[in-house]
Amino acid sequence: MNIFKLSIKNIVSKPLNSILSLALLIFGIGIISLMLQLNSLIKTQMDNNLKGIDMVVGAKGSPLQLILSAVYHIDSPTGNISVEDAKKIKNNRMVGSSIDLLYGDNYKGYRIVGTEQKFLDLYKAKIKEGRKWENPFEVVVGSKIYSKLNINIDDELVSSHGLRETGEEHADQLFKVVGLLEPSNSVIDQLIVTSPQSIWDLHDDHDHGSEEHEEEHEHDEEHDHEHDEEHDHEHDEEHDHEHDEEHDHEHDEEHDHEYDEEHEHDDKEITAMLIKFKSPMNIIQFPRQINEDTNLQAAVPSYEISRLFKLFGFGIETLTYLAYLIIIVSAFSLFINLFNSMRERKYEMALIRTLGSSRRQLSMMIIFESLILTTVGFFIGLLVSRLGVMFVSSLMEESLNYNLKSFGILNEELWLLGLSIFIGLISSIIPALQVYNLNISETLADE
Amino acid sequence: MISTKGLNFKYNEQASFSFPDINLGIDENLLIIGSSGIGKTTLLHLLAGLLESNSGSINLYGQDISKLTQHQIDKFRGQNIGIVFQKPHFVNSLTVKENLQLAQYLGNKKDQNRIIDILSSLDILDKENKKPKKLSQGEKQRASIAMAIVNSPKLILADEPTSSLDDENCDRVIKLLKKQASEFKAQLIVITHDNRLKKHFKKSIKL
Repeated sequence: MNIFKLSIKNIVSKPLNSILSLALLIFGIGIISLMLQLNSLIKTQMDNNLKGIDMVVGAKGSPLQLILSAVYHIDSPTGNISVEDAKKIKNNRMVGSSIDLLYGDNYKGYRIVGTEQKFLDLYKAKIKEGRKWENPFEVVVGSKIYSKLNINIDDELVSSHGLRETGEEHADQLFKVVGLLEPSNSVIDQLIVTSPQSIWDLHDDHDHGSEEHEEEHEHDEEHDHEHDEEHDHEHDEEHDHEHDEEHDHEHDEEHDHEYDEEHEHDDKEITAMLIKFKSPMNIIQFPRQINEDTNLQAAVPSYEISRLFKLFGFGIETLTYLAYLIIIVSAFSLFINLFNSMRERKYEMALIRTLGSSRRQLSMMIIFESLILTTVGFFIGLLVSRLGVMFVSSLMEESLNYNLKSFGILNEELWLLGLSIFIGLISSIIPALQVYNLNISETLADE
Repeated sequence: MISTKGLNFKYNEQASFSFPDINLGIDENLLIIGSSGIGKTTLLHLLAGLLESNSGSINLYGQDISKLTQHQIDKFRGQNIGIVFQKPHFVNSLTVKENLQLAQYLGNKKDQNRIIDILSSLDILDKENKKPKKLSQGEKQRASIAMAIVNSPKLILADEPTSSLDDENCDRVIKLLKKQASEFKAQLIVITHDNRLKKHFKKSIKL
């Protein structure tokens, strides 16, 4: 037995009292820690998905909506843009690289995105099983989807139109799973990825019927390749026109063929385009230029997200101040509780002194009690905040297919531990002083 | 060896007490008898070092306790003096055994066997893991005696140990106190207004 153990026994022997005197502290710590956790989780999640994207180009509308839909896949698209328009931007010398995105369909609420294979590199996503998509209607599935819906290689998925499960089903055209992705802790975990052609075909299907569809298939494989070469060919043509007839002839044939295809391209559309600049300097000038001079919209994700966080931040800040206020009140509540329990135990205190305890030991007992209480309160508060994170996470997962998982202790939470200890100290100062100056003789004679 | 000389204590101008000198040999017990309001508890608190006298000296086993600091008195009391209060009191969050362990800790002694010895000698060993509030009155009284003697004090001070008891229990308690004191080689000073106790003591002082 020693003073520290005695303090613990005193606390444990009245659990309800102890919890009551801590309720406010737990509440305050819980709220602040929850805010800190959510803030940091959302920020990391948001930043994780922003890497390598300097600008998003899409149809006119709300820039935030464009970012939320094209980068985070949690909002509806602003509309479509023509491949032609997109190409003009791609060809600008300020653009380092670009990725086309087509979205607007889902499988059981998870979005199907038609895009280029470098999309995987953007999120450093690796194939865990199977291979990347090569032909239309082959898909690669993000980690969260296959583990949740139990999807395996060679499964066939029926997509629905729109971004909600309830959309019209494309029952005649099945997607075939050819690859599963490793978890990358980014948005791609909750996406089903395929080639742009798949999405075009899926929707062409409605217009042209299935016969033409087969034809298209044949061109598909070389599609990207030819696309890039088009310009060169046109140049070649002008120069070489009169030089080599035989060759020219062959060439013409090829050209006609391509021309058809290009024509087809004209009415093709994509939903958005992710752009990386050659130099970060372009981030100021280029988006404005696009917004002013074209019928496209350019949005800068980092800017839009910090704007969003400012809106969020106001709420978080208010709630945090409120929580600090609660913690200050909790110091009073703890003080009053200690003070009362000390009065109740006055005779016990006198008894402990007669048993040979010094004043200092007895005061330490009170201070220990308070410190143990607030430290325990801190940890319970942390536990409460983690439950809160789990709750919010499950909400977000349900409505946005987003999850936040990480239960590490943040540096700011260590400061909360310091604060709890401080609250424990100041609440116990007066009771400890009173115990120190307790008149044993008077107390014993009173009884 | 206990001796006091010219002890005087003043609460205020109206209430001041002068106490007769006490001289007690090493194996003598003492009964201090006096009616209410005469300063019995004050004398006990002076002897235990819980109060500081205004004048006079208290010599306990060669130590003038009026010369000790507060901290030294606390330690001295923990090691040499056991007190039996009028009403038994314990640290309620601890079991009987833990109360005794706390007393040992504060008196700088640690002896698990002694706790068992004392509890079995007082016939409450089976209650060692009970909280004091769960004990009967008689068990509480015995447990409080255990608290007073657990550190093998040289002196046991008992404050009105029998005032609320009937004749039969009064007899039993005082015999128990004397038996424990002699068994564990301690001197006993009982302070009371209870005349029934006179026959149990050879030596007594009237206040």
